[in-house]
Amino acid sequence: MDTSYETLSTIAKSFGLFYLIALSIGITIYAFCPSFGKRFDKAARSVLDDEEGPCR
Amino acid sequence: MMERLTVAERQQAMLITAVLALAGLILAIAGRNDPMGVHGWMTLFFAGGLFFVVGNALYAAEPTEDRTTSYYDDPTKVGILLSLFWAVVAMGMGVWVAAQLAWPDLRFDAAWSSFGRIRPVHTSGVIFGFGGNALIATSYHVMQRTSRARLAGHVSPWFVLLGFNLFCIIAASGYLMGITQSKEYAEPEWYADIWLVIVWVSYFVLYMRTLARRNEPHIYVANWYYMAFILVVAMLHIVNNLAVPASFSAAKSYSAFSGVQDAMTQWWYGHNAVAFFLTSGFLGMLYYFLPKRAERPIYSYRLSILSFWGIVFFYIWAGSHHLHYTAVPQWVQTLGMTFSVMLLVPSWASAGNALMTLNGAWGKVRDDATLRFMMVAAVFYGLSTFEGSFMAVRAVNSLSHYTDWTVGHVHAGAMGWVALITFGSIYALVPILWRRESMYSWKLVEWHFWLALIGTVIYVFAMWNSGIIQGLMWRTYTESGTLAYSFTDSLVAMHPYYVARTIGGAFFLTGAIIGAFNVIMTIRRVRQDTHELDYPTKSEAGEPAVPVAE
Repeated sequence: MDTSYETLSTIAKSFGLFYLIALSIGITIYAFCPSFGKRFDKAARSVLDDEEGPCR
Repeated sequence: MMERLTVAERQQAMLITAVLALAGLILAIAGRNDPMGVHGWMTLFFAGGLFFVVGNALYAAEPTEDRTTSYYDDPTKVGILLSLFWAVVAMGMGVWVAAQLAWPDLRFDAAWSSFGRIRPVHTSGVIFGFGGNALIATSYHVMQRTSRARLAGHVSPWFVLLGFNLFCIIAASGYLMGITQSKEYAEPEWYADIWLVIVWVSYFVLYMRTLARRNEPHIYVANWYYMAFILVVAMLHIVNNLAVPASFSAAKSYSAFSGVQDAMTQWWYGHNAVAFFLTSGFLGMLYYFLPKRAERPIYSYRLSILSFWGIVFFYIWAGSHHLHYTAVPQWVQTLGMTFSVMLLVPSWASAGNALMTLNGAWGKVRDDATLRFMMVAAVFYGLSTFEGSFMAVRAVNSLSHYTDWTVGHVHAGAMGWVALITFGSIYALVPILWRRESMYSWKLVEWHFWLALIGTVIYVFAMWNSGIIQGLMWRTYTESGTLAYSFTDSLVAMHPYYVARTIGGAFFLTGAIIGAFNVIMTIRRVRQDTHELDYPTKSEAGEPAVPVAE
């Protein structure tokens, strides 16, 4: 395979750009999706009541 | 401590230390005409010593407690003490290095004490020794609590912790002997690098195995940060240290990369060492210990997820801002600059999230120095990430690069953010882990806090002044178009700031020594609590971790 500087920089400037934009959009949707509200609230509170030791 | 291991586990530990001692012996024989041989002997004594410590207790009684009902905290405890030990040693080295710059005679004319050798002892000592041990120790603690599962295994946590410390000892002693591959924050040579790969992969496996045992369906965000730290550091370390040893009987090796590729790989590593060693793992600490100490859930869990992925996506590309105005292609520099500016979003999301969590609990911040450590750490995190994005802009960098401004920026992050969040977490953790009623002295915690804060502010202001003056002097031209100042002129102008920096560092070091003393006195003198759990509660109304329906 030809891995010249030109090939790599073309990939970085085209595919690299779009996959990062796609990932960013995907993560923003995941983080702010309303239906995850309860799950995230529960997770945020979970560290505050972990005093019962490991579950068995 | 040995009584918590079964006889089979003790045998396993003896086997591992015996193999390591043998490897040390081979290294010592192969490298007998090279400083590498000294490292062989050190490995032999380190592993041999541990072999006898375990062997001594081989036939002691088997553990009687039910190991499934509690967390395994012995490695965490040792990790915290090691972290404090390295803090005192490495910050002491830092003060010495700083003093040498102000008063060069303090080198005392020895080769081992020259600036180029003790400076990496300071940097590796604080980053890996102090920071690394604190990260390993707190990650063990946080992973078990948030997963509500005991560590997966009783030997591998020790292997990771002690193996990592062997790496730190080899690194620091190697610098003093002049062994270096001259890559910043990756100075140790090939054999030490290979050893760190083995240790680090075991760490990753241990983390994943423990997570696989978790009883909480959701993986708490702190674990994500710790996982990114472990995984990405492995990746960075392996790629940046690809090298061919000149001979298997000596330390010298040559990088697999050359010229500009080598520089790019190094700063891809170097900047992501800042990102994933000095930021990601410590954000894990922040996201666990700050809500815990403030007794309030994190302000926005969603924002914490967004900043996690933001940091992972953006940081990886930012390294080339270390190579502005070099042979690196212009577009790569621009890429690094752009991503560095974008990084402000996830960084300030985390810093803001931490401060908003405290909104409504400012009374606690006022009264509790431990929480104040964490609050000020979040502030410095916000400040230094803003500064970093700013300095990565090419035009700003033309002034700041190669000056003390960079040093000031790094220390705003390392002292103000990394060290303060670590000390805050240690003060929160020590009474819980050792089952003590409280710290030995809250006054000493206050003293530590103010000494650390004053030291950081003095240090950072000294370096800002010094850096900007340097940068300006280097670019001032006379009417005839020649440089107005020689390099020596700028050096003379730096002297008062170098003295100020030494004083700032000495304040910070004093705080760390007080902290170490306070922790040791807490363990030795403070009355033991009888409770078996971290935060004993009488109520049984607490929500079960796994609801029956799930």
